[in-house]
Formats: sequence, C-alpha cells, structure tokens
Amino acid sequence: MGAYPVSAELIVHEAGPSLTVQDRGRTGYLAMGLSRGGAADTLALAEGAALLRQSPEFAAIEMAGMGGRFEATRDIRIALTGAPMRASIDGQALRWNASHLLPRGAELRIGAVTRGAYGYLHLGGGVDLPERLGARATQMTAGLGEPLEAGTRLPVGKDTRDDTGWLLPVDDRCAGGRLRVVPSLQTELFPRDQIDRFENAEFSRDSRANRMGVKVTQDGPGFAVDGGLSVLSEVILPGDIQVTGDGAPFILMAECQTTGGYPRIGTVIPADLPRVAQAPQGAPLRFSFVTLDEAVAAQRAYLNHCAELGKRLQPLVRDPADIPDLLSYQLIGGVTAGRDLDTEKERP
Amino acid sequence: MTEVTYPILRTAGIDGMLVTFGGALSEPANRAALAFRAAVDGESWDGVEETSTSLVSTFLRFDPLHLGHSDLQSRLRELLQSRDWSRADLPEGRRFFRIPTVYGTDLAPQLDEAAEVAGLSRAEAIRTLSEARVRALAIGFAPGQPYLGELPEAWDIPRQQNLTPTVPKGALVVAIRQLVLFSVTTPTGWRHVGQTAFRLFRPDSDTPFVLRPGDEVQFVETPPEQLANMEKDPDGGAEWERIP
Repeated sequence: MGAYPVSAELIVHEAGPSLTVQDRGRTGYLAMGLSRGGAADTLALAEGAALLRQSPEFAAIEMAGMGGRFEATRDIRIALTGAPMRASIDGQALRWNASHLLPRGAELRIGAVTRGAYGYLHLGGGVDLPERLGARATQMTAGLGEPLEAGTRLPVGKDTRDDTGWLLPVDDRCAGGRLRVVPSLQTELFPRDQIDRFENAEFSRDSRANRMGVKVTQDGPGFAVDGGLSVLSEVILPGDIQVTGDGAPFILMAECQTTGGYPRIGTVIPADLPRVAQAPQGAPLRFSFVTLDEAVAAQRAYLNHCAELGKRLQPLVRDPADIPDLLSYQLIGGVTAGRDLDTEKERP
Repeated sequence: MTEVTYPILRTAGIDGMLVTFGGALSEPANRAALAFRAAVDGESWDGVEETSTSLVSTFLRFDPLHLGHSDLQSRLRELLQSRDWSRADLPEGRRFFRIPTVYGTDLAPQLDEAAEVAGLSRAEAIRTLSEARVRALAIGFAPGQPYLGELPEAWDIPRQQNLTPTVPKGALVVAIRQLVLFSVTTPTGWRHVGQTAFRLFRPDSDTPFVLRPGDEVQFVETPPEQLANMEKDPDGGAEWERIP
C-alpha cells in the first residue's frame, strides 16, 4: 500500500456548536486591523503535525467543548490532540494524542471534552480549503469563515505518507496553573500593592471565555489604574491582560482585536497561552512576572520543544483484548524503516 | 506622575516594540508615527517581521531569538535621532473619500443623544459631522476599520458607560473628537450617529482593505431611501479622488 495521493473529502454528519477550521493564522495584517487568529492552542497544532509527520502549517479542525460525527470518502490518516474527548471509530475507542487510520466509510465519533476546552482533529494532508488572505483559519470576528455545520464536505489535502498508530506523550495542560507574565504597556501605572496582589492571588477561569479572550476572577477587590478608562487606544497582542471596568483581568487570545483602550497589567508569554486556552471553567490560574530574558529563554525552549515533538513519538500498542479481529491488524501500529523508505521512493 | 519625554520605547509582550510619539492624540504625533513606520520598513532589518501604527505609535513585531531587544532598541534610538519625526510629511498617495451617510433615523438611533451630550441641536450636529473632513489616523481594532479625526471641540464627548450590544457593518460612531466607521458588526461604547453602506473589508477582492492611514473622508448626508439603493455596491455610493 502506498501513500494516499487521491483526493478525499471528510463529511461532517453532525457538528458540535463550535467546530472551526484553524491553522497558524494570518500574519502581516496588523497594520490593517486584522489580528493573527488561528488555533487557540497552537501546541496542539504542532502535536498533530508531529503525529502525522507532516507540515505544521496544515489546517485542522478545532472543536470547542464538543466534537461531531465524521466520515471519510477514502481511507485517510487522522490524529487527535489538545483537550481529550471521547472518540471512537465504528464503536472502537480511540486513544487521544495519537494517530489512527480512518477507513473509508467508517464512522468517526468525537464527543465531549473530558478535560480542557479545545480538541483538535487533524487530517493527513490537512484540511485543503482555499486560502483567504494567506491562511485557512476561520476568524468569525472578521467575517472569515463560519463554524462547520452538518452536511459540510471538507476537502482533504494530498497525503504523502501512510503511517498511523503513533502515540505522543504530552504533559497535561488542561488544569490551569502558574502563568508567566512580562510587563506590558501600562504595568507601571498600576500601584505596587496591586501588582503584589495580582501575583499572589489565586484566580479562577470565569465562564466567559472564547477564542477572543478569557476572563479570570478572584475573591479580593478588583484592579484599576487612575484614569484607566481614558488610556489612549494602543496595539493589543494575544496574551495581553486587560483590566476592564469591573476590575477583573481578561486575557486576550488568538482572535483578539488589534487595538484597545483598556490598561494592561501584563502579558502572558506565548509558551503559556496553550494552558490559558485549555483551562476549563473554574480552573485555578496564577500569574508571576518573569524578566524579558527569562521569557525569551522560555520561548526558545518552547520552540525547540515544538520542533522536536517527532522524537517523542511512540508506537501505539493496542491491547489485544480490544481488537475484534486480530488477523486483520498489525499488532503494533506505526511504520517500519523499510516502509518509510518505500514511501520516499514513490515521491517524484 | 513624572513628566515623560516623547518619543518613548516600550516592549509589548516578548516580540513587540512600541515607539510612542505622544501621551495624547495630536496631529504631529500621528504624522510622526506614520513616517517612522515607513522609515523602519525602509530599513528592512533582519528579524523585524511586521510593522503597524496606532494613533500616536509605531509598532514592530520581531523575532527576539534572532534580534535582541537591546539591539533593536539601539537601532530604533539611532533612527529616532536622525530627524524630527513630528515634522514629517503625511504618507504619499493619500485619497479623499466622500461616503454617503444617513444621520439619525432608526438606522442610526443615537444621533439625538450624541447631539445632546455635545450640546448641539440636531441640525448643528448633522451639519458639523457631515461637513467635517476627517483623516484616517489609524486602522485597527477590526479589519480595515479607521479611527478618523479630529472633529470640532464640541465632539469631545465621552464613551457611554454601557456598551451598545451590537451596531451593524457600516455604522458611523462618535466619541472623543473621533469617528469610527465599523467594518464588522460589533458591540461598542461609542454612539451610533450615522449609517453608511461602505464596506471597509473585502477579503476576497484585490483590495481587501480599502482605507489607509492618511486618507481623508467626508460623511456626506444622504436620505435613507438612497442608502437602500447603495447596499448592493460595496462602495456604498462613495466617490474618491487622489489628494495632490
């Protein structure tokens, strides 16, 4: 069997309320008011690419809270990453953070998240919708794309590989935790005692959270600067922590606006944003300031981690008791060096 | 608070640098931000990934793993010192748009309220808004969306305490001597005084973003029935010419 060169479609038979196509978003349009957008959990995109051993630029399906029911018109490879969700193919439970074969006509069911907020369904060859302004990401605030609905048929890109059955061990990032923060434009305008309180308080993720931002609350008094409501509108970046009129911090996410007039107490570093995105409602969150040098070192480590995910792949060992027809299965999924070479040879 | 001497450099996140030319909106600070951005673009420094402007600042997004913060700051300081940026010319190729606008009616229900806050009669409000020739000071918040100014003093009115849950695309809103023309349907704290059929963001066209910083606009009064006819035209009946 070779790779999968024939084009295929993924049919969405049922869709949760917020299924969107996402990739790494659009860069270069800040000057025109269009923010980057893209996947809420960018690490999950990198993990999916590693599991399918394909480009991290490919688009996947982001599933907020709830998945859907899917069918492919040809055998395709899939990978599941991000917030774990109940998933099965024709009734057989699937491991999360793993790659699988989705046979033509089989029913892929993905249910509710068991932890976290955003699960991702990756396709071998990626979701091959036409690019708009250089990306395939749905950005509803800009009117670019809509959530997927039942009946949608998504084109699947050409896949140059055929290996599945890989598992990627990942650290849990679906339980909140300590977020590293660097000073932002207005950090110095906040009184010292408020900064101390900001660093010492235990926050919890509010019910208000989406792709634009995540609100956090705590028991103590709110935060404010003198004249805070008259700060001149200024550039906004994902990770910025705005303090709005009610004194509660609001962490801006991938699909935030490009400018804003509320004061910002700090900025969550990019390496910790996946944990903000995946924090479920009520999850504990803390903020602690780090220096710019520490933040740059963390970014270097994060990018290295993303680039080397492929080295962490393990063959997905199935429990023989779960396999109805042993003879039709390889006992250990994944690919041997020999098959790899064969695949390489088929390329032009 | 201590006195700040502009321009100032600030970091934004780990990969942003902001050069700010004033503590409040002013025409020279806005011009400086636009001209300085063009100069930074002209330098084509390795590691600078994109640039933009807000009302009084130039923003740079860069790769801090390949261009260190202190290195970028010293380059920016050198470029800042090379001239008086507040005396810079406005960008080349500016245009003047005349955009048909319905003031008040149920299409723009906050005209009367805004006029009252500004201390103007309804007729004076429409006259001052429709005669003003305002400039796109910045594009931001939403795709293609301009902050336009400055309006006469009377329009130095605050934002409302509560957000209007939604105003439609093409809405003209006012606060703090500025107008914003909305490119998307959105909640806002500004008052909705006019409605146009002008589409600022056309993602599938050759010019996805229509207005650029420095362009000038006049929101010419038009009757509601005329606007209905213009809805099919993305330009919403607008005309434009080059500013010599």
